[in-house]
Formats: sequence, structure tokens, C-alpha cells
Amino acid sequence: MLKNMKPNSVIKKTVSYTLLALGGITMILPFLWMLSTSLKSYSSVFIFNLTDIRWLPNPVYFKNYIDVWKVVPFARFYINSIFVVVCVTFGQVLTSSLAAYAFARLRFPGRDKLFFAYLATMMIPGSVTMIPVFALMRLFGWIDTYKALIIPAIFSAYGTFLLRQFFMTIPRDLEDAAKIDGCSLWGIFWSVILPLSKTALATLTIFISLGNWVSFMWPLLVTNSIEKRTLPVGLAYFQELYQYAQPDWGLLMAGSLITMVPVIIVFLFNQRFFVEGIKLTGMKG
Amino acid sequence: MTGTRYLNKEEFAGYLFILPNFLGFLVFTLVPVALSFILSFISWDMLSAPKFVGLFNFTNLLGFHKEAGSLVANDPLFWQCVGNTLYLMIIIPVEIMASLLLAVVMNQKIRFINMFRAIYFMPTITNGVAICLLWAWLYNYDFGLLNNLLVKLCHVLSVPAARIPWLTSVAWAKPSLMLMGLWIMIGGYNMILFMAALQGVPRELYEAAEIDGASGWHKFWNITWPMISPTTFFVAVMAVIGGFQGGFMQAYIMTGGGPDRSTTTLEYLIYNHLYSWQHVGYAASIAWFVFIVVFIITVVNWRFGGKLVQYSHY
Repeated sequence: MLKNMKPNSVIKKTVSYTLLALGGITMILPFLWMLSTSLKSYSSVFIFNLTDIRWLPNPVYFKNYIDVWKVVPFARFYINSIFVVVCVTFGQVLTSSLAAYAFARLRFPGRDKLFFAYLATMMIPGSVTMIPVFALMRLFGWIDTYKALIIPAIFSAYGTFLLRQFFMTIPRDLEDAAKIDGCSLWGIFWSVILPLSKTALATLTIFISLGNWVSFMWPLLVTNSIEKRTLPVGLAYFQELYQYAQPDWGLLMAGSLITMVPVIIVFLFNQRFFVEGIKLTGMKG
Repeated sequence: MTGTRYLNKEEFAGYLFILPNFLGFLVFTLVPVALSFILSFISWDMLSAPKFVGLFNFTNLLGFHKEAGSLVANDPLFWQCVGNTLYLMIIIPVEIMASLLLAVVMNQKIRFINMFRAIYFMPTITNGVAICLLWAWLYNYDFGLLNNLLVKLCHVLSVPAARIPWLTSVAWAKPSLMLMGLWIMIGGYNMILFMAALQGVPRELYEAAEIDGASGWHKFWNITWPMISPTTFFVAVMAVIGGFQGGFMQAYIMTGGGPDRSTTTLEYLIYNHLYSWQHVGYAASIAWFVFIVVFIITVVNWRFGGKLVQYSHY
């Protein structure tokens, strides 16, 4: 397709917009079909045949969006997910910014060796550590508790690494000025470094919360009861209810859409942080 | 250190700042790495006492034996999963090229760029389980949109109606998952990395080439491609590393690893051994196999990759 691009910018633009639009339609159609299905009743979902693919539900069946909260405890899944994401994100941003500050600015014996250990573990596949941590959870009696969902997820070398790289780019002059004014190390961290790192902190916050919001395998492993499931695992459980029958796709799609909405809203308001964050992590990685 | 000396204020603060993070890192990363290494030499079902079995897990995993005169794998399922994992990775070059093409198109002065980028980015930010359910519905044999469109198409072309068993046949299951993967990946992280890389190519190079009368294709091949090669390389390595560790959620939701275990990846196999079959030590040995493969890829790339990549002189 690139071959056809002549210096003539009109042709180039036309080709570009056509490609983008075609691709965009391919991206968006499945979502529209999801929305359409979610507004159809169980029977009307199955009515269409080769002469009839109904994009517009008729009648529009909103009841799926009411029923879905009763069929499975969706509200509970929601509360669990939000609680876990908030705790993990807060804990991780806090502990990794503290550690990152020490790695970036303070001199103490063993610092570089320790940082190398952090770096080295970033290459290790998640399943290597997941297996013993799962066994540890059983040993601690944490299976099916919020502790298992939250505490192991707080500690990541990744967040520390990302923030350390960012803190290194902050000019030292400001800290020196604060030091002369008699500011403590904690004071420098809290009122000089953190305020200057808002973009990096926002980026990390978004990445951690998004990553944890969609986390699947770990919550699947450590939760047994329905009341402790997070949204992704709850959604999987919802589908398993229909193991031996044709699922109620309208209900399933309504449930799926409900899980998507908050993230899409967060994304639309913070697109800049996503883009910057990907560049930051991608380039340094 | 020789002799005793008191820590000065900065050193003491350094340790204090690191402490909370380090404790977690120790308990949930460092110690588990050591534990999983030990576990890979152990047979344990989490109920009875662990039993040291030496290299048995690894010889069972990687070894072969003679059976009726021919060489048979000790654990054929493992090799099937290695094959599945590699097979599913065939789509990676296509995904990367598609992301690059999209980035090249988007890198021009496009109106509504934020809208387009948001649309293409949607699958990346969406809960993966929801995406898998959506595609399971699209791929549904009797009522799915894709098969119904296909039937319509057959009707228009006046050929006998055909339906594709997207997720229910061994032949189609993997390509179906790969197609979904392409749809998810095309406008995701890689595309944004490529856009950043494209913006980093100096304008003067293109201007100089234009004076020499270079065509669009020439400019792409002789300027863009070499200039962005570090990004392409990074993206490809990360995709391969990710590929060895992926495929669990899709298969768990959409196919249950079937049909005939044709979509069970190594990650899924680890889950099965750990959770479904309580083979903790064996699961650890598979995880270490994946680790070693990933490690080799990383080291080889580190060592030799630089020669394939043209770093900027600017």
C-alpha cells in the first residue's frame, strides 16, 4: 500500500483516511455488536438467520442491564475489584516511590547491588514466582482473602525501576536549595521530588490500576468463593454457569460491557498519560 | 566492611526508605525465585510431605524413551503445548507489521487523531475476559455474527452455505485465537511505540531524499525502516518473550484449552499442573523451562542484536 503513495498529497491523504476508516470500522463493529446483543432478549438473540442480522434491537430490551446484577453478584465483584485496585495501586505507588528515591538519590552500602537484583528479577516470568507464592498463600491461610489479592500484588520491581529512572532526570539544584534551607530528606522527598514527578506518578498509577483491574490468573488461583471474586474472574464464573447450554448472550454481553465502562472513561480523560507512559516505559525498557 | 562504624544519617535514611518495598520484594519475589528453583526438584501435591526427586521432573519433561522401537517423549503433552505456544507466535510478525503500518498512516497530520487512536486502543484497555467473551460470541458456530455473515456471503455468491467451526475444530481454533490477537494488538502499545519512534526520525533526512527524488517507498525503506529499527527490535523481542508466557486467559475463557488440547499453551499447562492436578514441583519445572528459554532469547539479543540494529548517529 505504501507503494501507491505518490508525492501527491491528496492521494496520500485519501489512502490514509480510507485505511484508517476501514480499520476503525473493523475495530468498532465487534463492540457495536456487543452493545446490540446486550439490548436483546434471550429469545430474540437467537431469532436471526441467514436473511436477518439485526443490528438494531427491536424492541430494545434494557432488562439485561437490570437482571445481570441479580443473576450473579456483579455489585460485589465491582466492589471487590475497586477495593483491590485502590489498595494495590496506593501501596505500590507509595512503596516504590520511597524505594526509587533511595535508589536514585541516597548513598548507602549495597545500593547498586540491590538495584541490580531488582533489575534482574524483572526478566523472570511471572509463573516462576507465582507457583511458590501460591503455596505461601496456602501456608499463611490467605487463600480466599483480600490479603492474597492485595499484598503480593503491591510489590513490584517494575514500579521502582520506572520511578527511579524518572527521579534521576530531576535536576539536583532544587534539592540542594531545600537542603540549605534545612529541609530533611523526608521533606525533600515529599515536597520537592514528588511534586516534580506528577506525570510519572500519574502514569504509574494508571498502569498499575489498569494492570490490576484486568488481572486474571492470580485472582482465579487464590479465590474460591463467589463473594471474593474480582470482575474478570466473576465474569468468567458467569460464563461457566452456562457450561451445558447455549449462554444467554444478551446477559453476558451486558455484563461484559458493564466491566468495560469505567476503564474507557478513565482512558478518555487521561489519554495523554497512557501515550506518555508507553513511550517512557518502552524506551527505557 | 572492616570494623564497626555507625551508619550516617543518609545511609540510615536510605535503608528506611527502601525497607517497605524491599521486605515485599524479598518475600514475594526473591525468596519465591529460590523456592521455585528448589520446587522444580521436588514432587509435592500440597497435601502430603514434599519429596525430593532430583532431576526426575526435568528428565520427565524433556526426556525421550524407546517404545516399540521408536523414540517417544516422556511427556507428550508438554511437547504438544510447546508446539501450540510456538504456533500461536506465528502471528507476531504480522501483528508488528500491521502496527507499524498503522503508525505510519497515523503519523501524518491526521484530523481526529485522538479519536482514531482511542478506537484502535480500545481492545488494549478493555478487560481481557470481556474481549474473550465478545469474540467467543462472534465465533459462535450457530448464532455468531461471523458465521452468519459467511452464510450471507455464500447466499450472495450462490454457493452452498458454509459455517466455520472457529473454536470447535483443531484446525481452526489456533488461527481463530491468532486473528483475535491481531485485532487486539494492532493499535495497542506497539503502535504507540512506533509512532514515538517515527516522530524521532529527523525531518532533514526526508527533505534531503525528496530533493534527490526518492519515492515514498524508497524513503520508507532507506530512511524510516533503518531509523526505527531499535524500536522494531525491542517490540519484536518483547513480543516473543511475552508469547512464551501467554495464551492462558484466551484459552481458558474461549476453548478451555481444547479442542484436543490444541490451544493449551505452556502457561495453561503450568496452571493445570499447579491448580487442577496439584503437581506443584512439576509446574515449577515447566516455569523454569520457560524462564531459561526467555533468558537465552534475552542474552542472545543483548549480545548479537546490536549488529542487526542501526542506532541513530544523531
